[in-house]
Amino acid sequence: MNGNPDMRALLRVGGLEKRFGENAVLRGIDLEVTAGDRIAIIGASGSGKSTLLRCLNFMELPTAGRIELDGVAVGSERRRGDGSIERVYAEAELTRLRRRIGMVFQQFNLFPHMTAIGNVMEGLRTVLRRPAAEARARALVELTRVGLADKAEEYPARLSGGQKQRVAIARALALDPEILLFDEPTSSLDPELVGEVLAVIRSLAEEGRTMLLVTHELGFAYHFASRVLFLADGVIHEQGSPEEVLKHPREARTQAFLARHRAFSF
Amino acid sequence: MEYQWNFAPIFAHSDALLVGALGTLRIFVVCLLLGLSLGLLVGLARYSTRRLLTWPAAAFVEFFRNTPVLVQIIWFFFALPILVPFEISPMTAAVLGISLNSAAFSAEIFRGGIQSIEPGQWEAGRAIGMSYAQIMRRIILPQAIRRMLPALTNRGIEIFKMSTLASVVAYVELLHQGRLIASLNFNPIETYTVIAVAFFLFLYPLVRATYVLERRLGRSD
Ligand SMILES: Nc1ncnc2c1ncn2[C@@H]1O[C@H](COP(=O)(O)OP(=O)(O)OP(=O)(O)O)[C@@H](O)[C@H]1O
Ligand SMILES: [Mg+2]
Repeated sequence: MNGNPDMRALLRVGGLEKRFGENAVLRGIDLEVTAGDRIAIIGASGSGKSTLLRCLNFMELPTAGRIELDGVAVGSERRRGDGSIERVYAEAELTRLRRRIGMVFQQFNLFPHMTAIGNVMEGLRTVLRRPAAEARARALVELTRVGLADKAEEYPARLSGGQKQRVAIARALALDPEILLFDEPTSSLDPELVGEVLAVIRSLAEEGRTMLLVTHELGFAYHFASRVLFLADGVIHEQGSPEEVLKHPREARTQAFLARHRAFSF
Repeated sequence: MEYQWNFAPIFAHSDALLVGALGTLRIFVVCLLLGLSLGLLVGLARYSTRRLLTWPAAAFVEFFRNTPVLVQIIWFFFALPILVPFEISPMTAAVLGISLNSAAFSAEIFRGGIQSIEPGQWEAGRAIGMSYAQIMRRIILPQAIRRMLPALTNRGIEIFKMSTLASVVAYVELLHQGRLIASLNFNPIETYTVIAVAFFLFLYPLVRATYVLERRLGRSD
């Protein structure tokens, strides 16, 4: 049902659960992401949107469930003493996997002791061990893509919030990720700076990149997404096209959530 | 009656003072390098989430923070050789005492500095596929050390001053030479004045230099 049947799922999530102590945040998420999908994730504060994204690149380890990237399951199975099966993850495997899944944070998290281009080069130099000249050239390509080639030598402290976030996007793009995760990329921006970041994300969508985006900007989600997920109680409560979920929601919870966000315009 | 200052007999011993100064410098450099690098290792162990590492590191810090360096030096010089089958030189005893004590104090500085870096920096590093060691080396420590520089400078100054404790086991450094000169010439006032000024002349430029360094490093913020 999700995406094109003759295309293999790039990312397949089955029975994903995440508990923090007693707090069951994700209670069974099933999701298939096909190359080129643009998925907007919406839901109330605390519904587990960030936790879901963070499980997808294993910044948080799932409590249960299975995630496949390009047909290969991450981690390995181990039988517990009581006969039940758990998944275990080797840090080296996760580190390698994270290169393939880029992440952009609400708070940008740029490295303040490095220039803009230094930030973008860091993964190329330290992780992929590219030569300096090659890394610099590549970083400049990414900075140009986000419209910040002229700020290459600036330190983050001298950039506006919107510029910082664009550098952070360039930093993620430099590693050629197969999937991009955005966690409320515009939520900590002044309203007048939101547009420039959304414009960059829109241009990435036009390139056909596979993206998952957590957002409260429902208007943007409507135009951006190929599919919208509404998260509630740790499960995907409703999903479908933007038209279906945002304009004609079937579930009462979704309707109530949207009613509280009536401020958005398409 | 006014005291008649006379520095001439001291400068007659300037070669002895030079030997003392070199001794002070030598032990300072060795203890600074050993103390801070061991301190970094212990600090990393303290910061770790593995109990196997944190517990011994915590014990190390508490033990060496809560025993006087003077007692440690004397212990290493007079007690340790009875327990182990080799000689301990005055230099070794003093280096052990001062470095281990400095390691304990700087470990806490390093741990605090590392903890002061926002978790988002770790997240960003992990998200581009960096390993723990890479994030520590490339992202966390460069920022933490900037913040720690004033505290580390103080540590360096402390180490320099603690070097005088080595004189208790007859290690040849400035204070040791001063005591020698003062007892030969019966002029403690002039001699110890010269020693105090010599320490100041060593330390002050060093401290100024770190101020400059701090400013240079602070530029990007
Ligand atoms: N590292 C953690 N340790 C313990 N609890 C956590 C952790 N991270 C998240 N939680 C809890 O999980 C729940 C979901 O958090 P999450 O950040 O995923 O929600 P969210 O949908 O992203 O909310 P928001 O819209 O406010 O960002 C919350 O109750 C939160 O307190
Ligand atoms: Mg969130």
